[in-house]
Amino acid sequence: MAEIAQTRTPLLPSIPALERTPFHPRLAELNLANAWEPWRGFVTASLFYDVEDEYFAVRTGASLYDVSPMLKYRIAGPEAEAVVDRLVTRRIDRLKPGRVAYAPWCDGRGRVVEEGTIFRLSETEFRINCAEPQLTWFEDAAWGFDATVADVSQEIAGLALQGPTSKQVLQDVGLDAAAALPFFGIGDFATADGVSVTVSRTGFTGDLGYEIWVAPDRALELWDALMRRSEARYLRPIGSRALERTRIEAGHILINVEFVSARRAIRESQTRTPAALGLDWAVDLSKDHFTGKRALLAEREAGGPRKRLVGLDVTGRKPAHGAYLYRKGKEVGQVTSACWSPIAKRNIALATVDASAAGEGTVLDAEIYYRKEITQGKTDAAATVVPPRFYQPAHRRG
Amino acid sequence: MKRYDAIVIGAGHNGLAAAAYLARGGADVLVLERREAIGGAAISEERYPGFTYSSCSYVCSLLRAEIMRDLDLPRYGLKIIPYGSTACLMETGDRLALYPDADQTRREIARHSLRDAEAYEDFMRDLTRQVRAIRPLLLKTPPDPTSFKWRDLMGMKEIGEAFGRLGEDALYQAMQFWTMSCGDFLDRYFESDVVKGAFAGGSIIGTALGPYSPGSAYVLLHHVMGDLDGHVGAWGFAVGGMGAISRALAAAAQDHGAEIRTDAEVSELLMQADQVAGVVLADGEEVRARTVVSNLDVKRTFLKIAPRAHLPDDFVERVAAFKIRGSSGKLNIALDALPEVPAIRHDPKLMRGGINVGDSMEYLERAYDDWKNGTWSARPYLDIFLPSTLDSSMAPPGKHYMSVFVQYAPPKLATGPWTDDDRDAFGRTVIETIERHMPGFKELILDAWVRTPADLEDQVGLTEGNIFHGELTLDQLLFNRPVPGYAQYRSPIRGFYMCGSSTHPGGGVMGAPGANAAREMLGDLKRRAA
Repeated sequence: MAEIAQTRTPLLPSIPALERTPFHPRLAELNLANAWEPWRGFVTASLFYDVEDEYFAVRTGASLYDVSPMLKYRIAGPEAEAVVDRLVTRRIDRLKPGRVAYAPWCDGRGRVVEEGTIFRLSETEFRINCAEPQLTWFEDAAWGFDATVADVSQEIAGLALQGPTSKQVLQDVGLDAAAALPFFGIGDFATADGVSVTVSRTGFTGDLGYEIWVAPDRALELWDALMRRSEARYLRPIGSRALERTRIEAGHILINVEFVSARRAIRESQTRTPAALGLDWAVDLSKDHFTGKRALLAEREAGGPRKRLVGLDVTGRKPAHGAYLYRKGKEVGQVTSACWSPIAKRNIALATVDASAAGEGTVLDAEIYYRKEITQGKTDAAATVVPPRFYQPAHRRG
Repeated sequence: MKRYDAIVIGAGHNGLAAAAYLARGGADVLVLERREAIGGAAISEERYPGFTYSSCSYVCSLLRAEIMRDLDLPRYGLKIIPYGSTACLMETGDRLALYPDADQTRREIARHSLRDAEAYEDFMRDLTRQVRAIRPLLLKTPPDPTSFKWRDLMGMKEIGEAFGRLGEDALYQAMQFWTMSCGDFLDRYFESDVVKGAFAGGSIIGTALGPYSPGSAYVLLHHVMGDLDGHVGAWGFAVGGMGAISRALAAAAQDHGAEIRTDAEVSELLMQADQVAGVVLADGEEVRARTVVSNLDVKRTFLKIAPRAHLPDDFVERVAAFKIRGSSGKLNIALDALPEVPAIRHDPKLMRGGINVGDSMEYLERAYDDWKNGTWSARPYLDIFLPSTLDSSMAPPGKHYMSVFVQYAPPKLATGPWTDDDRDAFGRTVIETIERHMPGFKELILDAWVRTPADLEDQVGLTEGNIFHGELTLDQLLFNRPVPGYAQYRSPIRGFYMCGSSTHPGGGVMGAPGANAAREMLGDLKRRAA
């Protein structure tokens, strides 16, 4: 009798340790490097084949990144606008249906709970995308209002289509109207194959790009339609490593890297106010009311935050990962994210520094550690404070 | 009449780099370009509708990161995409692919020889050691070992220290690298023909040496000492073609206040006593300047433009003897579709990298024999790229631009100067060679622009069509480039400088000669003003 291959053991579970997104069957076939990592309980690709190639797909072609693990909350009802308006720091009454706003939301002490994009799908329906669970926080905000909050994360799969040729990709699959969306616009469309999608002109890369939202059972159809344009439009799937570099270049902050949510931080010192994260522009202190307003007013009256997020232009070629920053010999801060930017040909970093050292043009000393075969090398580099928008191509809004 | 601080003759990439640095340093600069377009040999041209050709130089690695940063070239639209791999197509229909990833490369080499897969590690270690010693010298003015000036002594000490840090093994090897033939050098590591052939390509490109000619090992080093985004030895495409580099340099220069005039050929220097006072254009117009710098190669500069009467005889003799020998041609081809390459069908990513024809030392040496005999190689070495596989701006969707660097081709044939028929025959030889490795390729050709070394001389101004402005052999490097005593960008004429690839550190789209020359000129201008 032929032996049956033993593929199971009673010592291990029979279900995957990490959940799989609706796009997983395609991603798994394409992941030639077999490189994966967890993202909030889901499996996500670190890279598919070659990080450099994937990075340049974003900057000179087009890229697909599976954003399905993002959390999505629906806030709907006659008073949904009032709920979102009291939740976040920006004026939501001015956000028209079909438009997207980026905003942080704070706790009562003005510390950022999270930040994300807010889709206004209609007069009475919003969707908020974020990285950490917010159901109870949003429910608290909605308490007493005629509005409901629902976690719709599992009902919607998402793909970020980013890069200079992404507009042509959309046109190619019959999404001409979506391709013509204005920057931070959103709408419902259907592909030439009849797949219903919501498309927002948003993204994490700072490049021209879109996010496409689809019902999980149509996800693979959407993927296939897009990837049929792969060769003609230089479209490749990308993993989180390439994405990470583009998000630093774009100057986007990342939760648990640049700040810890006010709801999760064990050490209060790890939380930040919007101003400390450089999000002053997304805070409207003249608004009637929003959670944290009083604290943020007090912060402003006290002269602003004690620490600030800044961009750094670092000399040399060694990324300043975790570098300590000094000014006149005194430690003033630390780098939170760093990389060599192949598109800007600069050594860039995001850092949190004392407000007194955060002025544009201030030159700090960065102590950078790197590996030198088996020993650790140390180098001192000059780090100039610059606005943390390292790559902002004109075609992003065009 | 306006008097500039500096006139740059020639808007090649080094001329533009010099102009940008000079203007950035506060000098009032004018660039004069003979042709209607800037860029010299770093140029993008549309010859066939919808296609952009990198019509001369075609890939980029040596352009110094420091220069891109100093001049903020990305702000002026410069983007460089690395192309990771190189595949050597074999006569047997097989291939040897070299990847950025060491494990993948080892796996490929092991298909041909397990011993070579191991030797590859030794080879790369030795190469890396040498590259580490050379790279810091690129953006420095070569010290003159005979002057005994403090600055030169310090420079010599620096070179001594760089090589001192190499360690015993690498120090011996340094001498070998700078003098040996690439063939002898590779023989020490590898046994497989194709492995040697694949590495030797880089030792002959642009040089009129064969793989077994002494001195060719250095050329190999020259091709791996560049870097892209911190990856030493990596090469890439400029988005929009090589002209994008020149355009970015020009825009940076103009932003700093430099003027650039095209269709302005300089015919001679304007002299005042023994000092340069400006230039005279072909139409007789005189333009005055305190200093003049030539981006042209050293022969054109001193045998055609500079006044003979102001140059010492021994200098002129040395310039005349400087080796600038044309060895290569170029085909720019517009294709109706991506060609089929059976040898690399399994990995389409290899189509986005270099594709070489010339799979053994024998193949390359025979190709060189033809050059010695005064004809183009019957079986040429080819360095093929399809930039449109990575850059949508090079060709219409679905169509492709192919750049084919061809070696060897002599500047003059045994039968006499190149004729139109010769050019056609040369082109046919190359196209048939490609067809052998890419069946059906010929059917896809929409346009093929064939350029012989003579064309490169006539149209681009490269003496003999030599892409490096002079051979990269030890006798013509460092303080001997272009000639002993004049390696610090100055010439025998006061106020007249050189900034082309005939100067240290040599050819390739590097920008270092331009940047180095500008630094010397700014220093002199400041001293003279003081």
